[in-house]
Amino acid sequence: MKKIRIHEEYCIGCHLCEITCVVKHSPSGKIIKTFREEKENRPLPRVRVEEEGYVSFALQCRHCDDAPCVENCLTGAMYRDEKTGMVLCDEDRCMGCWMCVMSCPFGVAERSKDRTRVGSKCDGCVGKGEVPPCVENCPNEALTYE
Amino acid sequence: MAKSLLLPEFKIERDSARCIACQVCARQCANAVHTYDETDDSLWSEEAQCVGCQRCVTLCPTGALEVRRRERGFRENANWEESFLYRLYKQAETGGIVLTGMGCDRPYPIYWDHLLLNASQVTNPSIDPLREPIEIRTFLGRKEAWLDVDWEHRSLKTVLAPQLELSLPVLFSAMSYGSISYNAFRSLAEAAREVGTLCNSGEGGLHPDFYALGGNIIVQVASGRFGVTPEYLQVARAIEIKIGQGAKPGIGGHLPGEKVTPEISRTRRIPVGSDAISPAPHHDIYSIEDLERLIFAIKETTNYQKPVSVKIAAVHNVAAIASGAVRAGADIIAIDGIRGGTGAAPQVIRDNVGIPAEIALAQVDERLRQEGIRHRASIVIAGGIRSSSDVIKAVALGADAVYIGTAALLALGCHLCQKCYTGRCNWGIATQDPILTKRLNPQIGKRRLVNLMRAWALEMKEILGGMGINAIESLRGNREQLRAVGLRREEAQLLGVKLAGEGW
Repeated sequence: MKKIRIHEEYCIGCHLCEITCVVKHSPSGKIIKTFREEKENRPLPRVRVEEEGYVSFALQCRHCDDAPCVENCLTGAMYRDEKTGMVLCDEDRCMGCWMCVMSCPFGVAERSKDRTRVGSKCDGCVGKGEVPPCVENCPNEALTYE
Repeated sequence: MAKSLLLPEFKIERDSARCIACQVCARQCANAVHTYDETDDSLWSEEAQCVGCQRCVTLCPTGALEVRRRERGFRENANWEESFLYRLYKQAETGGIVLTGMGCDRPYPIYWDHLLLNASQVTNPSIDPLREPIEIRTFLGRKEAWLDVDWEHRSLKTVLAPQLELSLPVLFSAMSYGSISYNAFRSLAEAAREVGTLCNSGEGGLHPDFYALGGNIIVQVASGRFGVTPEYLQVARAIEIKIGQGAKPGIGGHLPGEKVTPEISRTRRIPVGSDAISPAPHHDIYSIEDLERLIFAIKETTNYQKPVSVKIAAVHNVAAIASGAVRAGADIIAIDGIRGGTGAAPQVIRDNVGIPAEIALAQVDERLRQEGIRHRASIVIAGGIRSSSDVIKAVALGADAVYIGTAALLALGCHLCQKCYTGRCNWGIATQDPILTKRLNPQIGKRRLVNLMRAWALEMKEILGGMGINAIESLRGNREQLRAVGLRREEAQLLGVKLAGEGW
């Protein structure tokens, strides 16, 4: 399975990965509409740029082999997709207990804006084109898909 | 302090219908032009600090930004051009020498654009480079006037001088680690290896990380002697004595202390934070005889295994100086014309001192031929080579190869804002700031340089094929392939070319 790989040494901290991620998962899929008109129901970015000083990198779900979020999920909303091996979230089953948020070793599971469910969980953009948009739009190849 | 009279050089237009306040522009500007206002989720651009590098424009995901030259609205005056007013105001405010970066931008004639190439028609066949091989491989170094052959054993009696083999007649110019970033230097060195050409360390020494790539690096010995050690000379493919630089003939160099980071200190062998000052002259070279001694010393040190190049700026007496350098033992003469770039130079020097590379090249080639010593050194020309056609024209004028500096940096993302001397290069090239140097991924840089060289090689083969020439050797100094347009006869004579319309 291909994974998104992080190259910290080349991350320029532009946050374009976050922006393209939001657009990809927004209702319209159009950048200006997403940010200007869909403010209320605009999704959270599923990738976050972590920064301190000159160190920065774009972090998203690592789809761990021994994913604690899957293990700790009370309702089975967090599950591993057998076909792709991705850790995915079935939002309909999520009841917002935040066990995943607490157990994620990378801190990449986030609460939704209305705090009722998981709002930010990388789905690897499987089936949404060949290369995830965060990788495709990274100006410095700080994210690669391999 | 009184309010500055300097008006902003650029105008930033933000299309409010497109701006999504994503702050990419604010994050990417090293000059803090764009700032985000949380209270109303908007961005404000402070134009006075904008250098026109186009970084924000390039990265803006919605195309909301446009940065263009600001019409300052001075009354039209053919005598007092805007650039003179700007510089004068700046000096009246600061009392200093105005610094700048990159090459001369004044509208002096560009002779490449006044030279046209020939092609075959009817009486001689042109060659299709897709069907037949065309050789653009180039060897730099001293050639022998004649060869003694031992016919009995079918071997060569003459000992050949060391040669630099290039897959195409293009090398990357001297740009030191210090003036450019580690990642920029790595891009150049790795691209040189992949392409099969050479890059040049510049005068700032060679970082130990690049010793492994030494087979594709020419190292410089300049007036500051930074980082010159026995192993520095040993790992390199060739050694260049830098006498002058086209952007600042007669002027030394000054790398400000704040750019001397621990890594650069290690490379240059000077204390961290100390200014790296290259004196204007080499204080042990006051004559051709002195130059000869240094060339001799370097050849002795490297056991006559490496060609020695001498780089001079194109100045008025360049032909005689080049002749002297060849007689002093130089295997390669590099000539840097007035449009040659720099990381920092006084603007008044950059824009007013020196002569165009084209004229200098034609004169040097002619002089060395007249003196019968052309074979003793290869000529590498630098300063304003912009395209494959410039390379071909340079070869036809007599060059063995060309150095590209600005063109190589453009491939790495440079947008010619001429602010290299500030150390805040938004493209991660002319800076040592770790936030900015990250912006140049050497893998991307290398790929782009390799692509550029591949494209130029293909174009050069196409041009040569059209001329019916199947090896670049046959074009060298072949000025019959050039014709001048829009030049006075005297200029054409200096270039050694006929006017367009004149036959063989």
